[in-house]
Amino acid sequence: MTDTVAITLNINGEDHRVSVEPRRTLADTIRDDCGKTGTHIGCEHGVCGSCTIILDGEPVRSCLMFAVQADGRKLRTVEGLAKGNQLHPIQQAFIDNHGLQCGFCTPGFLMLATSVLEKEPDIADADLLDALSSNLCRCTGYQNIIKAVRQAAIEMRGAGK
Amino acid sequence: MTDHFAGAKTYPVPPTTEQRTILGKRATRLEDPPLVSGRGRYAGDINFPRQLHMRMVRSSMANGTIKSVNVAEALKVPGVVAIWTHEDIKELGPVDFRADRGAEILKPYRQPVLAKGRARYVGDPIAAVFAEDPYVAEDAADLVEVEMEELPVVIDSWATPGEFEPGRSTEGALLKHSFGDIEAAFKKAHTIVELDLFTGRHSGVPMETRGALGYYDATKDILELHGAAKVPHRNRETLVKMLGRAPKGLHVHESHVGGGFGIRGELYPEDVLVLVAAMRLGRPIKWIEDRREHLMCANQGREQRHKCRIAADENGRVLGIDDEIFHDQGAYVRTHGANVANRTLCMMTGGYDIPAYRGIAHYRLTNKTPCATYRAPGRYESTFVRERLMDALADKMGLDRIELRRRNLITKAQMPYLIEFEEQGVEELLYDSGDYELLLDKGLKAFRWKEREAECAARRAKGEAVGIGIAFFVEESGRGPSDGAKMSVDVNGDVELITGGASLGQGFETSMAQIAAEALGVDYQKITVVHGQTDRIAQGIGAHAARATVLTGGAVNETALKLRAKALEFGAELLQLPVGDLDIVDGVIVKKGAPPGGPSLSLGDLAKKLAPGAKLLNGRDPHLAVEAWFNTDHTVFPYGIHFAQVRVDRQTGQTVCENFLIAYDIGRAVNPMMVEGQLVGGCVQGLGGALYEEFAYSESGEPLAVTFVDYLLPTMREAPQIDVMITEDAPSPMNPLGIKGAGEGGINGVGGAIASAIDDALGKAGAVVQLPVTPQRMKAMLA
Repeated sequence: MTDTVAITLNINGEDHRVSVEPRRTLADTIRDDCGKTGTHIGCEHGVCGSCTIILDGEPVRSCLMFAVQADGRKLRTVEGLAKGNQLHPIQQAFIDNHGLQCGFCTPGFLMLATSVLEKEPDIADADLLDALSSNLCRCTGYQNIIKAVRQAAIEMRGAGK
Repeated sequence: MTDHFAGAKTYPVPPTTEQRTILGKRATRLEDPPLVSGRGRYAGDINFPRQLHMRMVRSSMANGTIKSVNVAEALKVPGVVAIWTHEDIKELGPVDFRADRGAEILKPYRQPVLAKGRARYVGDPIAAVFAEDPYVAEDAADLVEVEMEELPVVIDSWATPGEFEPGRSTEGALLKHSFGDIEAAFKKAHTIVELDLFTGRHSGVPMETRGALGYYDATKDILELHGAAKVPHRNRETLVKMLGRAPKGLHVHESHVGGGFGIRGELYPEDVLVLVAAMRLGRPIKWIEDRREHLMCANQGREQRHKCRIAADENGRVLGIDDEIFHDQGAYVRTHGANVANRTLCMMTGGYDIPAYRGIAHYRLTNKTPCATYRAPGRYESTFVRERLMDALADKMGLDRIELRRRNLITKAQMPYLIEFEEQGVEELLYDSGDYELLLDKGLKAFRWKEREAECAARRAKGEAVGIGIAFFVEESGRGPSDGAKMSVDVNGDVELITGGASLGQGFETSMAQIAAEALGVDYQKITVVHGQTDRIAQGIGAHAARATVLTGGAVNETALKLRAKALEFGAELLQLPVGDLDIVDGVIVKKGAPPGGPSLSLGDLAKKLAPGAKLLNGRDPHLAVEAWFNTDHTVFPYGIHFAQVRVDRQTGQTVCENFLIAYDIGRAVNPMMVEGQLVGGCVQGLGGALYEEFAYSESGEPLAVTFVDYLLPTMREAPQIDVMITEDAPSPMNPLGIKGAGEGGINGVGGAIASAIDDALGKAGAVVQLPVTPQRMKAMLA
């Protein structure tokens, strides 16, 4: 085994001090070393987006990064969306609009949509479609995902004012 | 009704949604809260202390003799515990059939758990590495040296068959389904059309790759398989046989499943290996497939060539369909035997009243990834073929496409409609109910067919290539024979419902809870639905062939009614009212029509009063708990129509689906929101197979689509506006709820409808002969 490197990942406001091989992916580290298994791995080559997290405010594919590259940075995963029992508007919108079936791609879509809507609350619908087209879902046919994100956009704009 | 139903149990027309409390309503799913919160538990999320990680060494050659496997270097990697080849597990037989047990002649084509002297496709497992860490297992797998000698490959199922092994042809079976006098039909025909059609190789490709964990509980001598899906009980039966264990010593556990679509949850070599290794190495074994492996090794499907022809009289009445099919099974026969080829054969005539039919299928082995069932197996293919023939026939006869279909649809008066095949042992089809022409009329109206025809013509006149298409299909679901369920109410009034069903993300828990809640009279959110646990219930049908809602739903309904009867019997004694005066509302036994505050008894309180030793029991069994069965000999047949509008870009060869309508009669919907979800999701998968997705292979059998860059799943950008029209005009008389399955109606006709629309857009009937219609193929068609 190769030598490991000590790093600190701040996930959802909480520091995780872990020791990882330099080649270890961020996705594996979040899941297996930090125990946040809500981030899913669907392709490991950066296409499906199931492993999307928010890193310093930007949506990233955590399968395409090494954990050491995230040392000292702030990560947000699906586990950090709800406040206690209070679901985030994007989570509630997915439930209300039947925006998920098997749920495997869902955390990736939730983090992608959250990041897009936080950065650009008034995003044009065509741009929203473009952004969401970067993740794959195999169950829903997407129709209810876009409905859910539109609903969340309205609620998040309302909350922000 | 005719005497086709003689001897069968039939049921009266069930209540409509308006007459129900929760069944048939758009109830929010019980499954969702953990899944949107990162609290799901998929195979990759399960871990056992001291587990080892398995990594497969796979063949890089499509056909070859294995000369040697050198593991010496790989074994030196620190952290590697063992490396196995076929020699290490030679007492294990090949992965056995689950269904189609009659197909004895196919047994020699089954897949060994690890290749036995010969690898037959790129991806065929040759060795297994077990290590402390998945990264280490992968390092070591790279160091395993496999020396192989190349053998000639068979790539096309229609090429001259090769030799599977000495004295055994790559044509595993020649299957036949027929009825009527086909030769006479073509002899007296006014018009005959012949086509040579191809359906491309594609598959379910769920977002979660396969995964399996083997755990041996030495204390109880129980071997456990985790990460199972679809058919846990059936797989347990097969595993018990393969491993020579007593049934009590092997259990299968389903957790969350990241999509199934028919391909996930079948028994694969890796499932068997993790169990054997867990016992032999004395440590839990975890295996998680990577995406490249998935695209090379998980079941694929659909690849068929059809040399087909259709005959009609001068009025456009179809006299016969004659089809010769070349079915590409891939390198081995997997758990389904010849089911997909057989489903293609038996569903070929669809919703039309056709007097003569002959279908012959060459079931052939090739050197590509093995195939089995993928959502609407055999039906996506046969609908494409039948509807291509109908379009071509209409064009040749100068008849309107819709009018030709209308003239040939099975009428409502002909229901139930029996299709009997001449061949011995081939199961008949008994279409239980349907009003096909009514759905056609409703669908045409909802799609605005006439208006769209004019709109498209106007756009074509301005130079655009735009058109509309249609495909009519019959689906099958809810095949028997039986399923059971257990149900109990605890002292808190919470209900536990134990089923042998399986959940692949389709909302099984919610639909079962809705059925149970309606029958019992409780809030559906009070019901916990157990599924996929072989140690909780002895039998289970799982989730395949759109069986779950019909069959398990039937069992749940029976069980909940039985529990209701038990509750009312005791309730009547305690409230001193006749049973007939009582109702159960929101989990409370009340007097019918009485104002609030009248005599009442909650189910939780009743459960307390039924504890063992309670006086009230008076010799009867304690607890508010029952179990019951639903038995049926019959399959039910939902039906639908797909309407599509497409635009073709003549420059790039790209086809864009602009609009889609699914018209589908489901008998009775348990939850219309989830039915729509199933239909729309299936439809986009179907679009993938019609336009984008293809497992292509090189001439030497090298798979060319092993990443998502090459295997193109539709994204949100490719998904068109899809409208769904669910009708409930033909509830099934074969079950008390009148329900039919929903899982496959979204995908069945997509290939057929898209092809029909492309023909229309190009103004060239019969232009599309091959799916998927990739830009390259479109350019060739336009050339």
